[in-house]
Amino acid sequence: MLQIDNLQATVADKPILKGLSLTINAGEVHAIMGPNGAGKSTLGYTLGGRPGYEVTGGSVSFNGADLLAMEPHERAAAGLFLGFQYPVEIPGVSNVQFLREALNAQRKQRGEAPLSGGEFLKLAKEKAGLLRMDMDMLKRPVNVGFSGGEKKRAEMVQMGILDPTLAILDETDSGLDIDALRICGEGINAIMRKPDKAVLLITHYQRLLDYVKPDFVHVLAGGRIVKSGGAELALQLEEQGYEAVAA
Amino acid sequence: MSVIDLPTRADEAYRYADLAALAGLWPVVPQAIRVAAGTRGSLSVVAEGDHAQARDIEIVLEDGAAFDLRLLNAGRAYGRLAVKVTRGKGADFHLGAAQLGGGDQVLEIVTEVVHAEPDAVSRQVIRSVLAGHATGTYLGKVRVDRGAIGTDGEQSVRAMLLDRSATANARPELEIYADDVKCAHGCAVGELDQQGLFYLQSRGLPPAEAKKLMLQAFIAEAFIGAEEGAKLTEAALKALEGLL
Repeated sequence: MLQIDNLQATVADKPILKGLSLTINAGEVHAIMGPNGAGKSTLGYTLGGRPGYEVTGGSVSFNGADLLAMEPHERAAAGLFLGFQYPVEIPGVSNVQFLREALNAQRKQRGEAPLSGGEFLKLAKEKAGLLRMDMDMLKRPVNVGFSGGEKKRAEMVQMGILDPTLAILDETDSGLDIDALRICGEGINAIMRKPDKAVLLITHYQRLLDYVKPDFVHVLAGGRIVKSGGAELALQLEEQGYEAVAA
Repeated sequence: MSVIDLPTRADEAYRYADLAALAGLWPVVPQAIRVAAGTRGSLSVVAEGDHAQARDIEIVLEDGAAFDLRLLNAGRAYGRLAVKVTRGKGADFHLGAAQLGGGDQVLEIVTEVVHAEPDAVSRQVIRSVLAGHATGTYLGKVRVDRGAIGTDGEQSVRAMLLDRSATANARPELEIYADDVKCAHGCAVGELDQQGLFYLQSRGLPPAEAKKLMLQAFIAEAFIGAEEGAKLTEAALKALEGLL
């Protein structure tokens, strides 16, 4: 589904990703762990197409298409979802309006018919229920006045509604209390643990992986993947630290 | 100065005006509105189309009267909307205004709100969206006369520049000669939040749609609670689409 080959990227002319390669197949959950400054968030933003994250080498193929040639909204329509570490507040725009327009914009790009207001609300209600989020919250402006945990749950509701094939989730577990962590973990499983979908979890800690069990764990350090293994690698990292394991 | 003389730039209220366009409209005959004591009135003004236009509105609010004025300055040529409000005791004035322009257009909203008697309230919300080489001006004077105690005056002025070549002039002004009054004004000129734009695009909205959504919310602040809110918003959206 996703093939990253020797990816190199800079931020403000500073090389951050220095030849990263990774292949993710449908049905798989991958976790990328690594110390601060290793390039984890840069990887997410680069794959999402954020301005300022400049690709200087390598290639990324997503379901056979050249991901790096696409605009951010085209990547979304192609089935990519980027979960933000710090979801952005958009004053004055309600979640419901935003998500309906976003979903219909994606559908339009794919040549599908738009959802009516009623159809959309039914879908939104179902996905909000998965994350135990009140519909009233979805009528409020995007992320405005939401707590850290509410923002992350709202991100997962967005993911449920937009129904991507690949979700890249950047520190979805940060800022979550124990209950919210479990709810988000269960949400990710319900929405994304399917044979035709895949997940790339970017995280510092093992705790989210207790709920969303990865098939592969990779250690990112100095802009490259320095070690890969199964779920047990995350446990080993938690026990011994990055330095000992990735050295 | 006689009424028929065209103003010059020395006149503060015309400092940023397109005087050449104004010459063709001069003299501008004020539209007088008087709201009787204890009653309410409202007016929505939509300036649109291809021709230059200037309007002068003079409102007198008697004691305890209330007036809700909404302005949309969104024509494709010079547009000037000027409002002078004089108010009696306990009168309530609300203005929500938006202006949208591009090209080399000049748009202005000029207000003078006089608090001559105690306990009157005025609220002004002004939002401008400017593209290309457009100039958008808001000159807003709030004068609180001696003895107008208990006055509550508020101005919220924000402008969004879609291009670095556009200009926003904002001058919220308070002239206070009374004690025990509450007056506040806030003013900001900025660009669309790039982080917000990327966030919306990452969910599937093409760049123009993402901008439109954010600007729509920005302009809507001027029309909250308006009787003809839907009509105003629709006209603003049409103007917005012309700018993006």
